[in-house]
Amino acid sequence: MAEATISASGVGKRFQLHHKRATSLKERLLLHRRASSEEFWALRDVDLEIGGGLTVGLIGPNGSGKSTLLKVLSGILAPTTGTVAVRGRVASLLELGAGFNGELTGRENVYLNAAILGLSRRETSRQFDDIVAFAELEPFIDNQVKHYSSGQYVRLGFAVAVHVSPDILLVDEVLAVGDESFQRKCLTKIAEFQERGSTILFVTHSLDLVPRICGRAVVLDHGRVLHDGDPVEATERLRSLLGTAADQSGGAVLGADRPRFARVRLFDPTTGVHKGHFGTGEPLAVDFDVAAPAGSPPVSARLAVTGPADVPLWVMDSDPLVFGPDGIATVRFTVKELPPVKGIFAFAAALRDPGTKVTYDARRFAEAFVIAGDTATGIVDVAWNAEQVETPGEEERDRAAGDRRRSEL
Amino acid sequence: MAQVQSAADARAAAQTRVRFELLAELVRKDLKVKYKNSALGFVWSLANPLLYLAVFTLVFNVFLKGGVDNFAVLFMAGFLVWNFFNLSTLTATGAVVGNANLVRKVRFPRIVLPLSSVGFASVHFVLQLAVLFVALTVLYRDAFGPQLVLLVPALAVAVTFTVAMSLLASALNVRYRDVEHLLEIALLAWFWLTPIVYPVTVVRDQLAEHDLLWLFRFYMANPMTTVVVAMQRAIFNHPVGTFQGKPKQVLPADGYGFYLQWLGVAAVISLVLLGVGLWTFRRLQADFAEEL
Repeated sequence: MAEATISASGVGKRFQLHHKRATSLKERLLLHRRASSEEFWALRDVDLEIGGGLTVGLIGPNGSGKSTLLKVLSGILAPTTGTVAVRGRVASLLELGAGFNGELTGRENVYLNAAILGLSRRETSRQFDDIVAFAELEPFIDNQVKHYSSGQYVRLGFAVAVHVSPDILLVDEVLAVGDESFQRKCLTKIAEFQERGSTILFVTHSLDLVPRICGRAVVLDHGRVLHDGDPVEATERLRSLLGTAADQSGGAVLGADRPRFARVRLFDPTTGVHKGHFGTGEPLAVDFDVAAPAGSPPVSARLAVTGPADVPLWVMDSDPLVFGPDGIATVRFTVKELPPVKGIFAFAAALRDPGTKVTYDARRFAEAFVIAGDTATGIVDVAWNAEQVETPGEEERDRAAGDRRRSEL
Repeated sequence: MAQVQSAADARAAAQTRVRFELLAELVRKDLKVKYKNSALGFVWSLANPLLYLAVFTLVFNVFLKGGVDNFAVLFMAGFLVWNFFNLSTLTATGAVVGNANLVRKVRFPRIVLPLSSVGFASVHFVLQLAVLFVALTVLYRDAFGPQLVLLVPALAVAVTFTVAMSLLASALNVRYRDVEHLLEIALLAWFWLTPIVYPVTVVRDQLAEHDLLWLFRFYMANPMTTVVVAMQRAIFNHPVGTFQGKPKQVLPADGYGFYLQWLGVAAVISLVLLGVGLWTFRRLQADFAEEL
């Protein structure tokens, strides 16, 4: 049989961002005239061919189009431009246990889910014991799924999906769920797939995992393929794209039509050269490119410099940003003289509505820069003095002990 | 070359079988979920036709003495098939929307969703029909005869028409959620426009009285009318009933020609609608994941 492949050529996916979606006939008729919709390209000119038994990692910042690409490749979404050609049996794992019905037992759901994923009933029966054993659910398999814990639910979902034995497996970030022992089991299963010569394309935010298990990695940014090839290079490329190191967005209101950080640059304002090591008293500047689609709410940037345990050392707020016709604004935070602290510091950056304080995008850049110095004696240089003084008398000691006892009561 | 072809055929056949199994699995799920926590389970839907039969016998023979004898049988003959159509179409309307999570996350042939609604209603229909026939062995022996063969084309048309409507309703409802509400009202009106609670001859005679007999053709063009009338011819089996001791025409024709001819018309309408339904569903399904 010919080798199983998915090839995408010139794939683009456009979404209509309806400010108010017309889901009824009346609304559709009324809204027809003033179509208050905007276009948003989640994918643009993606050429990609996967197959050949290679495990491919798909990485990129939040909102770069990874999930959309998986959906297009698996045939859930139709591409707006370009074509996707599929050869062989493809299974996609975008959500574990999608289609489980809480009223049914684990056993019934295994048959139902397997049928949805394209497994015949006989094949399911043959694999049933393996599936249950893999999910470690033997005692509970005849309980209703609505009584399962979320871990059990996910385990059963994964167990069914991997037993479909596809030629190509598309996995969204589903491996992050479950406890450590189950994650190990998933990775073992993936290794088994690799040995059998199946192709896997998986989305992950765990950049350490990529060079470990992938033979190839694809970096997506703003819907375009930025890099396709060596996984180590890919993770480096992504890290530099995200800033200096790992990126985690936390507590942000996500959504493609929100203002968000596009690029960050840390440099010495006197020379304009990128820099990561500074000395006390030296100047520092950070440029943030902020992208905002037309008509997005007002936004101001906040940058906190944080020390150990994420304690903010100081916090800087910008005025509301003014965006150019390209929807990009650059905000520069400058520190004339770095304070007399030493160590490795992180940035916590946020885009917020100046009025409502709603956060649209939040990023953390761990180990963003270093202020040189020996931290063995502490991180702050403080003028201090130590001297021996006279020991206090017997009476005073007793009184101090009494105070302590009272305060303990 | 031939080998490649046969391999491809075998794969296509296997795929069709898997889809059938998926359909069966979905129907099984719907049935299980519906009767999960009820002690009598399936008995409830089997009791349904018996209850109707009892109630309508009581109503038409005692309270409303204006009907023909055994009117309850005439009524049930049309009512069960209407129920099948009604239940299929209404559940199919919500079939895609109600499985949004699945549609957005898993690739599978979407068409099994409305088809499973038809399957679900079919299971009920077949069982209810069986219960009706069991009851008729006691209550109405006249039903059993060669004319029951008429059920075959009637049911074929009913299924085709129902599948067509279910496909259309489920696909359109994804884009226009009004379909659901519209259909609820339309089906109620449709029920009363179909000769289920009254004999079809009433309509014909009324139209003839006002010189509008040509309109009767349009009345019969409703495939559900044709199906119901054919079911009545097969099960009631008396084109002329007895009304207060006197004969009264309740079905438009004695022979089978009339019924077969109209079933032919209904079959053509249903097949055209099925084509439209399939085309619409295929066209709209690419956007299902986005619209939900």
